[in-house]
Amino acid sequence: MNEELFKKLTEKISAKFPDAIEASDIAYDFPAFTIKKEIIHDVLSFLKEDEEMNFHFLTDLTGFQTEDEKQLGVIYHLHNMIKNYRVRVRVFFDINKPEIPTATDIWPGANWMERETFDFYGVRFKGHPKLKRILNVDEMDIFPMRKEYPLEDQTRDDKSDKMFGR
Amino acid sequence: MSKKENIIPESEDTIEKEYSILNLGPTHPATHGIFQNILKMDGEIIHEAEPTVGYIHRAFEKLAERRPYNQITPITDRLNYCSSPINNIGWHMTVEKLIKCQVPKRVDYMRVIIMELARIADHLICNSVIGVDTGAMTGFLYIFQWREKIYDIYESICGARLTTNIGRIGGFEREWSKSTWDQIHNFVKEYPKALKEFANLLERNKIFMDRTVNCGPISAKMALDYSFTGPNLRAAGVDYDVRVATPYSSYQDFEFIIPVGTAGDTYDRFMVRQEEMWQSLKIIEQAIKNMPKDEPFHADIPEFYLPPKEEVYNNMEALIYHFKIVMGETEVPKGEVYHSVEGGNGELGFYLVSDGGRTPYRLHFRRPCFIYYQAYPEMVKGIMLSDAIITMSSMNVIAGELDA
Repeated sequence: MNEELFKKLTEKISAKFPDAIEASDIAYDFPAFTIKKEIIHDVLSFLKEDEEMNFHFLTDLTGFQTEDEKQLGVIYHLHNMIKNYRVRVRVFFDINKPEIPTATDIWPGANWMERETFDFYGVRFKGHPKLKRILNVDEMDIFPMRKEYPLEDQTRDDKSDKMFGR
Repeated sequence: MSKKENIIPESEDTIEKEYSILNLGPTHPATHGIFQNILKMDGEIIHEAEPTVGYIHRAFEKLAERRPYNQITPITDRLNYCSSPINNIGWHMTVEKLIKCQVPKRVDYMRVIIMELARIADHLICNSVIGVDTGAMTGFLYIFQWREKIYDIYESICGARLTTNIGRIGGFEREWSKSTWDQIHNFVKEYPKALKEFANLLERNKIFMDRTVNCGPISAKMALDYSFTGPNLRAAGVDYDVRVATPYSSYQDFEFIIPVGTAGDTYDRFMVRQEEMWQSLKIIEQAIKNMPKDEPFHADIPEFYLPPKEEVYNNMEALIYHFKIVMGETEVPKGEVYHSVEGGNGELGFYLVSDGGRTPYRLHFRRPCFIYYQAYPEMVKGIMLSDAIITMSSMNVIAGELDA
């Protein structure tokens, strides 16, 4: 079923938005698409409004940082409960200009999830009704989930990968 | 109060209305957890609510980025601590999905028993606490010994009661003893009587119904918009249950129904949880009856599953694996998985990205509490303060899961 959905979604998205898909895969569980940042909002609302796909439920929204630490990302998990379709939509953008449109107008439930993403990664969601920190204190001036803030003391080397032949 | 009334001028439109601000929490006996609500009150009626969360934020997602896969299980305990086995097993299954490991049917069934016991414990706390908040202490005190019995079962399996750290990646840490099975059999036999009595206390109780019917309702449309899952969504009339929609751990083998409500109010939420406990009992009975025999209690994945001590001392490979697992040096494939289980409060999801290193590159918990609690201000708008309290307890907001 997943391959079928993957094919259908690829067709639908590329018919409506040519060259919107930067990458796509179906490695483990369900189809995943990386969408261009400029039209992410249009694609998301298309996925919700399209009668056949109808991803009416936002399961999850979370932030991500790529391994080269130059890009941030937002990962959406969408769900169509009636047909039990699930899809993962990713969007990546420059870490120095972390701005994408909000999804709160499509799914009101994105509100706190976007606040959490802002809190931890510093992604600015344009048009969000109240974008402020949620789990951390308001006075905090860093975005703690970014990789530039490692958790443990970096002088410690007994756990480094090279000790184990990697 | 009476003095102030006297000086109010008679014509209505000249009055400038002033709201009083009330701080509910952060530590308030009626909120069952550390969260604050700044309420704008018009007398007894709530005009506006502004929740503040994050008082017990412990940065689990950041912690998980420096921990080997085996050592993340204790973190998941502390999400929804009323049903920690579900969190533990959900995490194990996420890793199993990533490493493409097939667990024996027997493990699936054992997991189902534990997860359903945890669901009963979770719903039982929530429902009895709704009783307490409406003024009925008896049910709470009476039913709590049955949660104690569930905790005894956990204890005999894994040695811990609240933060269980139950099971391992690939199965269980050891075979269940005879006394564990005796306790489970005993529970399944005795609990229906207690639950029946508890139901008699509250389900058709006039006072309880007056307090809860039509209190804090939410429509199905709004519940879906706000990404509700679990009993709160089902109470609004949407029959979505992860166990049925995307079966995991062999849930497709079991016969059970998904109870749904109609109004999505406090009473419906209470009744949905009540019925789910009966269904959980039914599932446990089926699992005990159809439990596969002569199968191991763990999958054959030596890179992840700790070998028995005897072998560690007498077998070279076992020693190597033991060292690697304890030091957290197991090889994990690259990949990106999302796995969800039906937790006590709804769809508990784990979004895991692995870059092949010893720890996850990114781990995100989809915590149902955090997501549905954002609808709370809208649900309590225009209702009485005392109703807001039972609305909150019927939503089963668990601080650990809310803040992660």
